Amino acid sequence: MCVIIYDGTWEGWLTLVFEMFEFKVSVTAIYRNEQPLQQDIFVPWKRVTTDKSKAQRVWRGLQLRIPKYAQENLFCAFLSELPQIEATLCSAVCFYFSTVEEGHLAFGRNDVLTIHQTAKMVNRERHRMKAFTRFKKQKNGLYFAVIEPDFNVLPLINEHFMRRYADQRWLIYDTKRDYGIYYNLNLVSEVKLTNETVLLDDMVQLEKDEILYADLWQQYFKSTNIKERKNVRLHVQHVPKRYWKYLTEKSI
Amino acid sequence: MSRIIEKLEILADAAKYDVSCSSSGSNRQNKNKGIGNTGAGICHTYTEDGRCVSLLKILLTNFCIYDCAYCVTRKSNDIKRVAFTVQEVVDLTINFYRRNYIEGLFLSSGIFKNADYTMERLILVAKKLRMDHNFNGYIHLKTIPGASNDLMYEAGLYADRLSVNIEIPIESGLKLLAPEKNRQDMIRPMDYLKQKIMEVKEEKEKFKYTPSFTPAGQSTQMIIGASGETDAQIIKVAQNLYDKFNLKRVYYSGYVPISDDMRLPGIGSAIPFLRENRLYQTDWLMRFYGFKSSELVNEQHPVLDLDIDPKLSWALRNPGFFPVDINNADLHLILRVPGIGLTSAHKIVNARKHGHLDIEQLKKIGVSLNRAKYFIICRGYKQIFCDKPEQLIKSYILNASKSKYSRSNFYQTSLF
Repeated sequence: MCVIIYDGTWEGWLTLVFEMFEFKVSVTAIYRNEQPLQQDIFVPWKRVTTDKSKAQRVWRGLQLRIPKYAQENLFCAFLSELPQIEATLCSAVCFYFSTVEEGHLAFGRNDVLTIHQTAKMVNRERHRMKAFTRFKKQKNGLYFAVIEPDFNVLPLINEHFMRRYADQRWLIYDTKRDYGIYYNLNLVSEVKLTNETVLLDDMVQLEKDEILYADLWQQYFKSTNIKERKNVRLHVQHVPKRYWKYLTEKSI
Repeated sequence: MSRIIEKLEILADAAKYDVSCSSSGSNRQNKNKGIGNTGAGICHTYTEDGRCVSLLKILLTNFCIYDCAYCVTRKSNDIKRVAFTVQEVVDLTINFYRRNYIEGLFLSSGIFKNADYTMERLILVAKKLRMDHNFNGYIHLKTIPGASNDLMYEAGLYADRLSVNIEIPIESGLKLLAPEKNRQDMIRPMDYLKQKIMEVKEEKEKFKYTPSFTPAGQSTQMIIGASGETDAQIIKVAQNLYDKFNLKRVYYSGYVPISDDMRLPGIGSAIPFLRENRLYQTDWLMRFYGFKSSELVNEQHPVLDLDIDPKLSWALRNPGFFPVDINNADLHLILRVPGIGLTSAHKIVNARKHGHLDIEQLKKIGVSLNRAKYFIICRGYKQIFCDKPEQLIKSYILNASKSKYSRSNFYQTSLF
């Protein structure tokens, strides 16, 4: 019985799995560094230091046990940042490493099903960010977008945007987690904006055509709607209100 | 500047009745650091009527030489006529795409001069996008009935999907509402495209660098409720189209009254939303669940039930099929249980290898037990209603469910 604290990174979590096996500890709760810790004086706690080689060994082991999509599901569930998702992940991974064949398909188990369902939620958010990201062209030619996703999905969408917009420089910034991804026509890197005012709409140097195309898009959005079929419930179900803030067609 | 906004307003408005907006099914990659790719199938936004917007769906022009009663751009309709230039459409597409507004372009057109002339203009837009701008996003072109095979072929080289609309499901209806058009003109291009797509597919197996041809296949659309057709007729036509022409999709578009023409439902009459929904459900059952169209609608049962979905309706008519044993039955039998969808069915078949499933686990997996419970056996559960009459089960289900379509009449269990 043990409470574990780690640095909140994916590699940190993999290291944690390694140590769990090495020291044969059974984990009751897992906390990230910055999380307020609920101290329980009767349970010992342990701090895990991220170790790349240990992380890699666990990851390779998993690659032998479960197919690619199930590996991705683990990563997606991890990115959900939900409280105690790490403990669920640990429990499932233990099960995968046990002798069972195709453990990732045991949807009758709570941990396996939770991972599957959490990954689905994160993937939905990933898909939404592929859809709802709106670039605004800046004077310097940069296509700039601001997002506020429910989950930490930037690591899941960078490849998509890199492949699609290969011939334009772009930057997608997650204001909730305060970091972004920037593509410089060659590769994508993580960036952190130091000057917060850059994010304010009126401070941004828009290119002169930007307003025209935003207007055209708003007009298109209006004209392609069939009034007789109005169905606000369905509309809001597909485009929940929390995303409206950064949608060109909804910001009037 | 305001001129282009006005054109967009008119030509998007005129194109909106085409319901197709699919942008998946093609796998065009971004070549040589160009712009765009396909295959992500993203809906970038949804209009207030709840329909997805993934493509810039516009007409090249709303000038038209035809006078089809059900169409807003019909010749006799007194509306403002405008036309985009080829370059305007190209610029709009590229600039919308770069801002991540859209997945690509869906271009259709009113017919000006003749079919070939119109088709050439549509092709020119697609060609310019592909050749001059290295645009690899999605392009859906409407093929104009009566256009030559050569033009159809050229269109297929640039477009991801081509479509010809059947418009009215029954031939007598088409004669009545669009006397200048005939069914043959619509079927011929479909047949040509099907042949060509198959040829190219075979060639591709032999030679690696065969240029792709309409990689996302062809689709069509039927207007529902404009010509007094039955559901059985519609579904039969759809099944035919899937079987004979390998169509990827058939779309059903409930007729929106836009004219006071006596041949059509008048302005203000209701759009058949629910019927449209049931038709799509039936379509899905045919394509993904292994149902034959004749099982769902036939001469004894020509109209789809509006109060229950077509799978439940089939199940109630075929009690001999049930109960299905969740832990032993084949996948195709599980797919026939009302309340179990494709994903749940696959999950069940996988999960039961690790131990027999009970009702709680089914619930967590995502099965809609309200419907499913009358038709299944699983660990620790044997339903006791399966020998009850159809009407009784139906009333149980309806009373326990909350339909999104508000029901005014409460279903009462009949005592006798």
